[in-house]
Amino acid sequence: MSKLTHLSLTEARDGLAKGDFSARELTQAHVEAVEACRSLNAFITETPEQALSGADASDERRRKGNAGVLEGIPLAIKDLFCTQDVLTTAGSHILDGFQPQYESTVSANLWAAGAVMLGKTNLDEFAMGSSNMTSYYGGVENPWRRSGSNEPLVPGGSSGGSAAAVAARCALGATGTDTGGSIRQPAAFCGIVGMKPTYGRCSRWGTVAFASSLDQAGPMTRTVRDAAIMLRGMAGHDPKDSTSVDTPVPDYEAAMTGDVRGLKVGIPKEYRIDGTPAEIDAVWKQGIEWLKAAGAEMVDISLPHTKYALPTYYIIAPAEASSNLARYDGVRYGLRVPGETLDEMYEATRGEGFGAEVKRRILIGAYVLSAGYYDAYYNKARRIRTLIANDFKAAYEKVDVVLTPTAPSAAFGMGDKMDDPVAMYLNDVFTVPASLAGLPGISIPAGLSGEGLPLGLQLLGQPFEEGTLMKVAEVLESAAEFDALPQIIS
Amino acid sequence: MAVDKDTVARIAKLARIRIPEEQQEALTGELTEILNWVEQLSELDTEGVEPMTSVVAMSLPQRQDVVTDGNCADKVLKNAPEGAHGFFAVPKVVE
Repeated sequence: MSKLTHLSLTEARDGLAKGDFSARELTQAHVEAVEACRSLNAFITETPEQALSGADASDERRRKGNAGVLEGIPLAIKDLFCTQDVLTTAGSHILDGFQPQYESTVSANLWAAGAVMLGKTNLDEFAMGSSNMTSYYGGVENPWRRSGSNEPLVPGGSSGGSAAAVAARCALGATGTDTGGSIRQPAAFCGIVGMKPTYGRCSRWGTVAFASSLDQAGPMTRTVRDAAIMLRGMAGHDPKDSTSVDTPVPDYEAAMTGDVRGLKVGIPKEYRIDGTPAEIDAVWKQGIEWLKAAGAEMVDISLPHTKYALPTYYIIAPAEASSNLARYDGVRYGLRVPGETLDEMYEATRGEGFGAEVKRRILIGAYVLSAGYYDAYYNKARRIRTLIANDFKAAYEKVDVVLTPTAPSAAFGMGDKMDDPVAMYLNDVFTVPASLAGLPGISIPAGLSGEGLPLGLQLLGQPFEEGTLMKVAEVLESAAEFDALPQIIS
Repeated sequence: MAVDKDTVARIAKLARIRIPEEQQEALTGELTEILNWVEQLSELDTEGVEPMTSVVAMSLPQRQDVVTDGNCADKVLKNAPEGAHGFFAVPKVVE
């Protein structure tokens, strides 16, 4: 394995700037790493030619003195972002052969900042899942294994391919999307950093929609500083997304002063859940100690509606999904299964094109939106969403950030929990509440479980306070000194 | 709240998804389990609480009512499973 792939994005940026190596050399090393890790199934589409020609163009721009903030950095793109003329699947059979004729705003921003595309990463079908097992293109293997075991584990989901690719040193960073935890939970399972920005910080235009009031793109990287650099390249106002916020994108690195003295950190009592493994509690306590030692002040807080967040999410997200996924009808793109009439063609196409989890969610969504149930389910859930958002508002009058575990367990085996949808949904118990409130969150690797698997800590922030989150996350990162490598490359 | 097989068939029809007869039974059980689980929301009193419409307080932006895109019928049709004469083609809908 080449040394260039073991650099952080920050180190690679600085090395390119100093002329220690070219974008071509850096990209070549990553193209080879992608090939070497094919057994993980992290990529649905590899784009090595595009990567190398992009690297040459980047070297040329640098020679002319036009280097962007991500100049020459090879990245992987979750296959939920539309990429012009490059197959975009959303992990679904129903988008067979779809080659978008436009580029998503987030990926376009990254290319404008100088980044280079290595390929499109695997994901749960339409980002619906917490294991990456619902992908039509097959599950992704976590680069990590339990000590002394060869059982393949899931990388988490839905951004499982992105998390695995970054953990296995195939890419310096990857885009993810987070609707209820799809960046943070796989980041925790794979021992990397993943940030979901505030709703509205990154444009949703050109990203395949799952639940539009929740979906948000964010960076997945190996260090907090890498995430700060990458988010700056992704974010920004976009007139094509009416929910994209028109406030300037700050230089997040500038906020990373390392000084958290006097900062107030909320510890929500409702996140202590019966049945949570002792090592999850232990890593949380350790995080509290690290921040105390750095001079931050811990404050016990209450977020009283926490227990209602997951069931609320599993009404709102499917309701929006059933509406968003109505567009896959066999007429405009992707798969068509013939039928005698137009309705039969729709039913045959959607029956064959969607996988089991996607069908379940569309049906739940159609049910809770149907006449007679709309008020009892959908409006009820929207009211409770208001209460959950108010919990956080009240808490942020007393604290600056909130510290919790990211997920209730370490990575589990491929195939586990597949026969019990509700058990699978519980993976997102710590990530969903902030999603419903539209708040930013970041997961950082904090330690290893007794079985040698990464465990994550989550920090939640106030709207558009990504810089504060980066600052606190970096302090935790320095204290954790997480330098373990996954088995596939160690 | 338990759903029965007829309800599943009715929602599947609404959602235009063909569910083979042999899968309807299992799906009925799964949907019932999920709906029973979300039922816990009913214990919460939400009288007088406004349903959330937007997580970020903002008003919908407006723009000039002018053409900003277009003249790209070829691109629009590029991914169509079937197209004819510059249109999407579907099975016959009128006799």
